[in-house]
Amino acid sequence: MSDVVEKTLTALPSLLSLDSQPGSAKLSSTSKLGALIRGITELTSKHEEEKLIQRELASLKDQVSSPNTSMRQMKEAMVRAIYCEMLGYEASFSYIHAIKLAQQGSILDKRVGYLAVTLFLNENHEFVLTCYDYKHIIPIIIYCVYDTCNTPLVEEKLNHPKEIIRRKAVLALYKFYLIAPNQVQHIHNRFRKALCDKDPGVMFASLHIYLQMIKGYKDLTASFVTILKQVVSGKLPMDFNYHSVPAPWLQIQLLRILSILGKNDQSTSEIMYDVLDESLKRAEINHNITYAILYECVKCIYTIYPKTDLLEKAAKCIGNFVLSSKINLKYLGLKALTYVVQQDPKLALQHQMTIIECLDHPDVIIKRETLELLFRITNAQNITVIVEKMLEFLHQSKDDHTTIDLVGKVAEIAEKYPLQTMNTVFSLGGDMIQPDIPNSFLKLLSEGFESEEENKKLRLFAVDSYILLLEGETRNLPQRFLQVISWVLGEYSHLRNDLDPARVMTLLTKLLEMRQTSSETKTWVLMAMTKLCSGEASVSIARSVCEDLSSSMDTVQRQRAHELLLLSQDRALRSQLLPLCSDPEPLEVDSSLSFLDAFVSEALAAGAAPYKPPHQRQEELAQQKALSLEPYELSLPINMSSSCVTGRQSPTLMSVSSGLSGDSAELSHKGGSTTLKLEGVKRVWGREGYLSKKEPVEEVAQAEIPSPLSSPNQHTGASGTSSNTHPPIPTPEPEQEKQQLASSLFVGLGSQSSLCLVRADIYALHVAVFQYSLSVIRPVVHFEVMGMLSYQSSHKSHEVEFTYKLPLTNFIRPFTVSTEQYGAMWLAFSNDTKQNLNLVTDGQDSLTDTLNVLKGKLNLHIVEIIGMEGIVACRLAQDQPCLLHCHIHAGTLAVWLRSPVPDLPDSLLYHCQRALEGT
Amino acid sequence: MQFMLLFSRQGKLRLQKWYVPLSDKEKKKITRELVQTVLARKPKMCSFLEWRDLKVVYKRYASLYFCCAVEVQDNELITLEIIHRYVELLDKYFGSVCELDIIFNFEKAYFILDEFLLGGEAQETSKKNVLKAIEQADLLQEVRHKTLRRLKLYSRIGREM
Repeated sequence: MSDVVEKTLTALPSLLSLDSQPGSAKLSSTSKLGALIRGITELTSKHEEEKLIQRELASLKDQVSSPNTSMRQMKEAMVRAIYCEMLGYEASFSYIHAIKLAQQGSILDKRVGYLAVTLFLNENHEFVLTCYDYKHIIPIIIYCVYDTCNTPLVEEKLNHPKEIIRRKAVLALYKFYLIAPNQVQHIHNRFRKALCDKDPGVMFASLHIYLQMIKGYKDLTASFVTILKQVVSGKLPMDFNYHSVPAPWLQIQLLRILSILGKNDQSTSEIMYDVLDESLKRAEINHNITYAILYECVKCIYTIYPKTDLLEKAAKCIGNFVLSSKINLKYLGLKALTYVVQQDPKLALQHQMTIIECLDHPDVIIKRETLELLFRITNAQNITVIVEKMLEFLHQSKDDHTTIDLVGKVAEIAEKYPLQTMNTVFSLGGDMIQPDIPNSFLKLLSEGFESEEENKKLRLFAVDSYILLLEGETRNLPQRFLQVISWVLGEYSHLRNDLDPARVMTLLTKLLEMRQTSSETKTWVLMAMTKLCSGEASVSIARSVCEDLSSSMDTVQRQRAHELLLLSQDRALRSQLLPLCSDPEPLEVDSSLSFLDAFVSEALAAGAAPYKPPHQRQEELAQQKALSLEPYELSLPINMSSSCVTGRQSPTLMSVSSGLSGDSAELSHKGGSTTLKLEGVKRVWGREGYLSKKEPVEEVAQAEIPSPLSSPNQHTGASGTSSNTHPPIPTPEPEQEKQQLASSLFVGLGSQSSLCLVRADIYALHVAVFQYSLSVIRPVVHFEVMGMLSYQSSHKSHEVEFTYKLPLTNFIRPFTVSTEQYGAMWLAFSNDTKQNLNLVTDGQDSLTDTLNVLKGKLNLHIVEIIGMEGIVACRLAQDQPCLLHCHIHAGTLAVWLRSPVPDLPDSLLYHCQRALEGT
Repeated sequence: MQFMLLFSRQGKLRLQKWYVPLSDKEKKKITRELVQTVLARKPKMCSFLEWRDLKVVYKRYASLYFCCAVEVQDNELITLEIIHRYVELLDKYFGSVCELDIIFNFEKAYFILDEFLLGGEAQETSKKNVLKAIEQADLLQEVRHKTLRRLKLYSRIGREM
C-alpha cells in the first residue's frame, strides 16, 4: 500500500505550484479556503504571506461577527481560521464563534465547531476558564475529552446502545481519571462493566483506565490472561487484525498490564507464564507490529517474577533485535538490553562486539542508547573506559538536554565509584574541567560518607593509588589533578602507618622540580609538604626545598617555603596549626577577626588609616567614579594567570582575597607580621579549606563575560551542568558570536599570551579572575576586547560594558634564528612591506641604537648587525615569524619586513614607527 | 501520545494535534525545533529520537513527515504502526492520498485522526470501523464533497490520458 501512496505523493507536490493542472485548479477554486491556500503558495516572501493572512483574518472577523452569516458560511470560516492558526497566526476572535457553532449548528456544523474548539483551546487556556460557568460548554468538553467536571453525563453514555458512544464515554472517563482520579472513584464498578462489554472496542478502551490503576485489581489477573489468550489465538473478529496480526494494540496494552501485575509477585506471575510463552511463539511474522509485541513481551518477562525457560527465550529474542540489520530494531534491542542487563549482565557480554560497534554508530541516537547501556553495567573494572566514552560523547554533544542527562549519569557513577571516576575525569578532563569539581571532590573525601570505616578505606585507597601514580610518569598529569593529589597526600598519608613521610616528601619534591608544574600547583605541593614534614629525614628534605625556593621569583612560593621551613622546625606549632584529620570538629572561623584588635589599635595609634566597612568604601568608590576596571586591568601583568591567583585564602582559581586592592585597611594589617600570616594559614588550610571559599562565593556578584567571548549556548551549558563541558579556555570551534570577534582577530592557536578579565565585587572586595587564551589569526594594529561586568549593589544589578585595547606588541615574541636560517626564510615569505623610519640617534652607532630601541620596546630579536645593515626577527606564535631587514639610507632607517602572514608586516611596521617616534 | 505533527519536506506544517495542554508559544517553539531536528536526520537513521524528555517517533511518507511524541516508556514500534495505520486510513478515504488532499481537506484529515485516536490513545484500531464512522458523517453532508472527489478523479483520468 505504502508504495502506492509514495508514488502518488511524490507526483503531486508539483501540482501545488502549477495552476495549469486542471485538478488543482478546480480543487482549490471551489472554496474560499482553496483560494487562500492557493494565494499563499503563490507568494514568495514571509512578509507577503503575513500581509495576506492579516487581510484574510480581517475579513474573517467581519464575517463571523456579522449576524447574517449562515451556519454553513460560519463552518467554512472556521476552517479558514484553523488554517490561519496552523500557519502561526492568531485568530482568537473566532474562539467564541467556534463554541457557538459547536453548540448550535447541524450535526455537521457542530463537528467543525468541535474540531475548531479542540484545536484552538486546551484546558489551561484562559478562555476556557472564563467560560467555566456556562453549561453549554459541557457537551463540547466531553467530546474534546478535556475537562474535569460533570461525570454523570458521561456515565449515562456508558449505557448507550451504540458501542461507538460507549467507547468514547469510556475514554472520556479515562481522561477524567488522569486529571482528577478522585472524581471517578465512585464508578469503578462501571469500568469493570466496560471491561466485560460485548464489544471488544469498548473493552479495549477500558484497558487504558486499568493500566493506570491496576495495582488494586490483582483479582482481575486471570481475566486479563484469558482475554490475551483469546486475542492471541485469533478469537476476535477479523476487523481487529492489523496486517494479519490479531489486535496488536490490545495485546500490547494487556502485556503492559500483566507486567505491572506480576512484578515481584510469584503467584500472580505464575498465572501468566503460559500465555506469555504462547505470545512469543505466535509472533513469528516478519513485520514491525510483531516486533512491537515481542518487545513488550520481553519486557514483561523480565519484569515479572522470573522463569528460566521464558527468560532464555526472551534473551534469544533480544539477541535477534540487537543483531538485526534494521536500525529501528537495533535501537529497540539496545533498549531492551539496557532494561534487562541489570538482572542479567551476561547478556551484555554475549553482545559485546555489537555494543562496541554501536558506540561508533553514525546515528547519535544509537550511540546514546549504547552509552545508556554501558552506564548500567558500570563496575569497578570497566569504569575508566565507560567514563571515558561518556566524556567523549559529552565533548561532541551540542544538545543541552543530552548534556545534562549525561553529566547526571557521570555524577551518579562518581557517587558509586568516587575515586576511580574522579581520577578518570581529572586525567582526561585535565585542566579543562571547572575549578569547583576538584574542590567538591576534596570535600567529598574530607566530609566523607556515613560510615567512618568506609571513609578510611576510601582515603587509604586514594593515598595508595596516588603514591603509585607519582611513582610512575607524572609529566602528563594535568595540573588540577596534581593539586588534588598533593592535597590528598598531605592530608591523609598519615593514615597509612607503614608509609614513611619522607618517601612522600621525596615524591612531592619531584613534582616541584618538574618544569611543567605551574606555580599554583607548586604552592599546593608545598602546603602538602608542610603538613607532612615530621621526622628527621623529612625535615632535611624540607630544608633543601626551602633553600631552593627562598630565591624564587614567585613571592607566594617564597612565602610558602618560608612557612614550611619555620613549621618543620617547630613541631608543636605545626601540630597546633595543622592538626591531623582525626580531629572531627570543624574549624571555627572568627569572622569578626577579634584577635586582631590589639594589632589594629596599635596600628591606629601609629597613624594608620581607620578601617572603612565595605559599603562605605563602595560609596566612596562610586563617588570617585572609580567603578571602571581600568586600574585593575592596567595593573595586571598580561600573563598573570596562576601566580596571582594562588592567594593564601583559598586554593581555588575562582576567588582570591582582596589582594589586589591596595587601599584596603585589613590587607595591610594582615601583611603585618609573620605570626599573623600563620594564623591565616591555619584558618584556611585546615581540613575545611573550602569554607573560606564558600563565603566569598555567596557574596561575589554575578559577573559574566558577555557576548563576544562567551556565546549564550556555552553559558547554558555551564550553568546547567557544572562539568567539564564548558572549558574555561575557549577552543577554536566555530561558533557564531564568539566567531564574530574571534574569527576576525583570534583563534586558539596556542599562543602563550593570555588575557585576564577581572571580575570585581565591590561589596566583598573579592576579585575573581577569568583566564582566556587569545591567539592571533589575522594581525591588526590593535585588538579590541569587549566585555561586560555585572555587579550587585544594594539589591540592584548593574551592568558596565568595557573595552580594552591590546596592541599587537603583546603578542610579539623574539624569534631566535641563525643568519643562514634567516636567509632561507626570507626568500620563502611572500608578504612584504618597506618604509623609511626615523633614526633614534645620529652618528656611528645609530643603527645599533635604533635597533636596540626596537628590541626593547617591541620584543624583537636582533639576529646580526653588519656595518650599515641589520637583520631582526620576531614571531607571533610558533610558526608565524616576521623578518625585518634594516639598513641606513640617507639619514633614515630603511626597513623591509617580510612574513608568511598577510597584514603582519604592515601592523608591525606601525608599531615600529610608534616606538621610534616616542623617543 | 503527547502530540502529532504533519509537516512537509520544506518544513511547512500541515496538521497538528496536541493532546497535552501547552501555550501557543510553547507549541510554536516545539514545532520549530522538532521540524528542524527531524529534517536534519538522514534517511538511514532510526525513526526514533530522544528529544528533551520525550520520545519522538517519525516516519516519512513521500513528501510528508508524520511525527509523534510519546512518553519515554511507550512502545516505539507500535507508535510507528499508529502512524502507518493513520496513513492507511487517509489513503483509503481519499483514495491514494497525497499531500494536496491533506492541505485542501485538512478538516477531513482531522476527523479521521479523531476517530482513530481519542485524547492521544488509539480508540478504534479497526480500519473498517473508522472509515464507517467517517462515511456516516459524510452521508449527512451534501454532495459538495462528493463533487470534489469526482473532480479529483476526473483530473487524474485527464492526466493519464
